[in-house]
Amino acid sequence: MPRQEIELPYRIDYLSILDEQGKVDQDLEPDVDKDFLLKLHRGMLLGRRFDERLLQLQRQGRMGTFAPITGQEAAQIGAVAALEDSDWLVPSFREMAAEIWRGKTMENVILLYAGYNEGGAIPDGLNNLPIAIPVGTQTLHAAGIAYAMKYRQEKHVAMVFFGDGATSEGDFHEALNFAGVFQVPVVFVCQNNHWAISIPRSKQTRSKTLAQKALAYGVPGIQVDGNDVLAVYSAAREAVERARSGDGPSMIECVTYRMSVHTTADDPKRYRREEDVEGWVAKDPITRFEKYLKSRKIFTDKKIEAIEAEIKQEIKEAVERSEKKMEELGDPLLMFDHVFAELPPYLREQHEELRKELRQDST
Amino acid sequence: MAKMTMVQAINLALKQEMEKDDNVVVLGEDVGVDGGVFRVTEGLFEQFGENRVMDTPLAEAGIIGFSIGMALYGLKPVCEIQFSGFTYLGFHQLESHAARLRGRSAGRFTVPMVLRAPYGGGVRALEHHSESREAYFAHTPGLKMVIPSSPRNARALLVSAIRDPDPVVYFEPKALYRAFREEVPEDEETMELGRSRIAREGKDITLISYGAMLHETMQAASALHQKQGIEAEVIDLMTIAPLDDALFIESARKTGRVVVIHEAPRSFGPGAEVAVRLVEKSFLYLEAPIRRVTGFDLVIPLFQREKAYLPGVDRIVRAVRETLDF
Ligand SMILES: Cc1ncc(C[n+]2csc(CCOP(=O)(O)OP(=O)(O)O)c2C)c(N)n1
Ligand SMILES: [Mg+2]
Repeated sequence: MPRQEIELPYRIDYLSILDEQGKVDQDLEPDVDKDFLLKLHRGMLLGRRFDERLLQLQRQGRMGTFAPITGQEAAQIGAVAALEDSDWLVPSFREMAAEIWRGKTMENVILLYAGYNEGGAIPDGLNNLPIAIPVGTQTLHAAGIAYAMKYRQEKHVAMVFFGDGATSEGDFHEALNFAGVFQVPVVFVCQNNHWAISIPRSKQTRSKTLAQKALAYGVPGIQVDGNDVLAVYSAAREAVERARSGDGPSMIECVTYRMSVHTTADDPKRYRREEDVEGWVAKDPITRFEKYLKSRKIFTDKKIEAIEAEIKQEIKEAVERSEKKMEELGDPLLMFDHVFAELPPYLREQHEELRKELRQDST
Repeated sequence: MAKMTMVQAINLALKQEMEKDDNVVVLGEDVGVDGGVFRVTEGLFEQFGENRVMDTPLAEAGIIGFSIGMALYGLKPVCEIQFSGFTYLGFHQLESHAARLRGRSAGRFTVPMVLRAPYGGGVRALEHHSESREAYFAHTPGLKMVIPSSPRNARALLVSAIRDPDPVVYFEPKALYRAFREEVPEDEETMELGRSRIAREGKDITLISYGAMLHETMQAASALHQKQGIEAEVIDLMTIAPLDDALFIESARKTGRVVVIHEAPRSFGPGAEVAVRLVEKSFLYLEAPIRRVTGFDLVIPLFQREKAYLPGVDRIVRAVRETLDF
């Protein structure tokens, strides 16, 4: 009756392909074409510039609270770039770049944060869920969606995003557990940005990595440099392929950093030092990738300027479209839309009550 | 037609809906091989296999959240929570997501799931196994809350709940699971959600109830009739939300006197909503204060004192007499 170590089926790797100087590990460099690399760059840059624009709109009082993504572009774009359109994206609330990559419109993002429910609309054919604000709860939806894919014998994959804080929520553990037990095609992507509002990663858990939590559920996990878009993409592609070929779920922990505020209602000076943030500037995912693209001669400064101008224009047009749309959405009675398939009698009465009140107010 | 218990009738609804529609999937703790702790899902695992009758890990948020995902993708999950007293461990999934995804996505996504759970007292159970907290769910915009009162309506309501495009919480009065049998047609039968029914006609007073308490109410009504010739009209709500007030308002206008009966705690309970609707819509017809015969505002006591807690025939009869004498 010896006491001996039990062998576990998985271990935790750390993956990094592109270093801070933009130098690539050629053995690990993913085999993708130039256009794809340019697309990754554009997706990240658009995410950054849009974030900056939203912050301005918020500061001008034209929008309410939102959760900025700056610094986390690689973790998002690298992951969703491994999906097909027929796959599903299940976001939390800090994946704007990923949502837009997948086809969510910028004007809908603006509408939502400007306080219009219609901003949550998802057009038919786009397989994104709306954002989920209760931390960690959406992980279960992704597992259930993936079960349905498997049940219907469709070779699709669900990818769900969540933060480091979310790994303390019970739902996250239940989701990993269900996904493991039923071997469903889901990819769990954790954006470990080191903070859950003011709570540092170290106070979230004693675990050395977040990725290792997957192991407890019989699910493979990997930790990647979340500011390295090539590493995130490679890990995501591997996980997506595993899921698609019927070999079940995976978890990817992207180690990144929240460069900005938690939300526009937050003041990080209360709990972290500027120096902590500055250390991460050198690890910026976009700068690093641009260096790499230039070193591969895919890209020149001139080309970057052209893309910047294009993005600026796109964002400008989206802001204009959203403003036009807001004018159409002025009727408060719209709040009664989309409760049930049919409005029951007592809600029709309440609708009528508000309608009369609004009519009186306007006379 | 066959005479069935409520357990058999619910089982029939599940079986027939599963035969008809591949999208219907049953999941929960012990619902598969074991057939459910009350045997409601008996035989389904054998007939439909483990992909459609899923024994899940023991995690209520997991069961509910997973069901939401399945429903978003177009399946029609019918999940069982072993006792309604354990729904709270997954309540946030219902409240924050099932009820809201239609609105949040501006109509793109719906959550056509059913959550079944046995509720209520009367079976000499442990703590957490006897409660009646339908108000939590009925209070949640976007959820439907259904409670049948007999084998036949249990079957028809469940079929309608499964076909409903929105999330339905379906509480089964476990005290009635095997209390009596009723003819249940073999052929498909549905019953529109959001509709109450007249369980007994009368002109002197209106008694409004649902679920297990409907039977106490019916017995009280027949005792009143036999002993004193009082003709009570009994309304069975069946759907708590969306609440159908048309029928009971019409009845109250006719009788002028109303007693509401449920085993849920009194304050902020369904009876409170019923009473206010009556005041709002038939105030001038009322000839006596609306009475509530309900559970007390306590955690339901363990079973030695349960009988004194639950509304029973005597308590209902007394409330009726006082209301008539007012
Ligand atoms: C269930 C729940 N509890 C609390 C909150 C408030 N809250 C919003 S975001 C957040 C921190 C989340 O941290 P993390 O999961 O790391 O994601 P991040 O914000 O860093 O992207 C908290 C506490 C919430 N939205 N949901
Ligand atoms: Mg975080």
